[in-house]
Amino acid sequence: MTAAVETTMAAGVPRRAGFVDLGAVLLTILTIIVACIWFFPVFWALSTSLKTDQEAIADGINILPSNPTFNNYLYVIQHSDLPIWYLNSTITSVGITFLVVFMSACAGYAISQLRFPGRMALWWTILASFMIPGTALIVNHFIIIAGVKLLNTHLGVILPLLVAPVTVIVYKQFFDGIPRDFREAAVMDGANEFQLLFRVYLPMNWGITTALAIITFIGAWNNFLWPFLAIQNEKMMTVTVGITQVQDTFGVAYARVIAGAVMAGLPVAIAYLLFQRRVTQAITLSAGIKG
Amino acid sequence: MLKSKRNEALVAAVLVAPFVAIYGWMFVYPTIQMVILSLQKAPLIVSAEGQSSFVGLDNYMRLFKDPIFYTSIKNTAYFLLLTVIPGTAMALAIALMVTRLKGWGQSLILSMFFLPYVLPITVVYLIWDWMMNFQFGIAQHLIAFFTGKPVNVWRAIPWFMPMVALITIWWTNGFSILLFLAALRNIPKEVYEAAQLDGATRWQLFWRVTFPLIWPVTVLCLTIQLILQMKIFDQVYLFSQGGRTQVTMVMVQYIFESAFIKNDGGYAATVAVAMFVVVIAFSVLNFQALRAGGSR
Repeated sequence: MTAAVETTMAAGVPRRAGFVDLGAVLLTILTIIVACIWFFPVFWALSTSLKTDQEAIADGINILPSNPTFNNYLYVIQHSDLPIWYLNSTITSVGITFLVVFMSACAGYAISQLRFPGRMALWWTILASFMIPGTALIVNHFIIIAGVKLLNTHLGVILPLLVAPVTVIVYKQFFDGIPRDFREAAVMDGANEFQLLFRVYLPMNWGITTALAIITFIGAWNNFLWPFLAIQNEKMMTVTVGITQVQDTFGVAYARVIAGAVMAGLPVAIAYLLFQRRVTQAITLSAGIKG
Repeated sequence: MLKSKRNEALVAAVLVAPFVAIYGWMFVYPTIQMVILSLQKAPLIVSAEGQSSFVGLDNYMRLFKDPIFYTSIKNTAYFLLLTVIPGTAMALAIALMVTRLKGWGQSLILSMFFLPYVLPITVVYLIWDWMMNFQFGIAQHLIAFFTGKPVNVWRAIPWFMPMVALITIWWTNGFSILLFLAALRNIPKEVYEAAQLDGATRWQLFWRVTFPLIWPVTVLCLTIQLILQMKIFDQVYLFSQGGRTQVTMVMVQYIFESAFIKNDGGYAATVAVAMFVVVIAFSVLNFQALRAGGSR
């Protein structure tokens, strides 16, 4: 409680000298309550995953597990393909992240710094594709990927997910903002365009690349529709698609299903908690706001 | 000193090549192919008995008379109504609450609000399916309190869309919250101080100072949400599994069903083209309308 009051005081809300601003205190308390309600489903999933199956479906409300146990997690790891799904998700997500960031940096640099025929046409196509719903293309992606015999492969999952106009737009705007002096100085020293991009421009702000990589990774890990269509073979599934299979196999073992869900969400949750600032930066950048 | 124009174009070609190749193969080509496919009677999986043939506008004629197609548009519109404005309003309210806090307290509260955004949809689905479980779900206590009895929300049609909308707001709101927070931080402190000296109340401060200043970001959030939520599929598909999907059908889901369940690739492409048109028209209209609203 004291913490809450202190936070409010520190926030510098208008208040008359000598009085605690009651409105501000109430607002802070309300904020904490709303945040707890908002977070409750995640908390409840964590709590359920540590319960035994009997306790999970017992009458009444037990907020915390009476005897916390990791048995559900062990059971899911041992009785499903979760470890393989983890591997598949890691391969596809890392592949997508690396390729998207690399291709976007190169393209963004060329559009921003070089003059070449078709430059504006390319830029307008990228801006236009921003509006077009990629999900409507699932049918044709399926036909194309099936045509080159890449269904049920990592590459087949990766390819259609490489279309990422936003990353190019962010890079282009970042490169646009770098003063020409840097470029001229480096050119004087005899640097070519590739050295300029990888030794001068990108190192100038690795933060942007990190931010874009993290948000691309999270997006790739979380993608559901395309991996769900492209993969029928259970051994090739990503975690995001696979855990719905756990539900089918385990049936009414709720605590185990939830333990599987927690494990599927863990890598992205950790990525977010470790790189909070970068995630925020990536989101404000991609919306075109200076954070 | 100056490098030749040709050399520059050559370097540029090398740099944009990977991107252009992927873009052409995975975006431009399928878009064109989709339009061509929509003029054909074509199975998704071409086999000996099922060959594709050109049928002109037959698919489109069928589309205009297809009640399920209209249902899918109606449900998508209903979903937009339930998510776009309520979600953005809620995000603004949360951002206003979070921006008052300082230091680690703010980080903690913000991560509690933001965390759902980074979770995969299947995780969100499993968590909420469990919360709402007809027999054992903890939310049923709340539902029973208000309605007198537990409700199987995924099978009760009037409950379905509002529940999916609520969960979608819970899941995706972190994005808008962050945008609003960034906008609120960009408002100079002096503006508030001046208004406070004039004796403005908290309520007046918001409506007279804050809201006009963050209106452009509000427009941005509404636009992004509209375009994003129009593509709704995952949640509706997952929660309606095993139920009567036709009643709760949304646009992308109808593309999916036509192609992958009925093996009717041509018709699925027709639905996709229709969706393209609707989404683009909506984005343009929305942008124009909100810009007009903002200039007042």
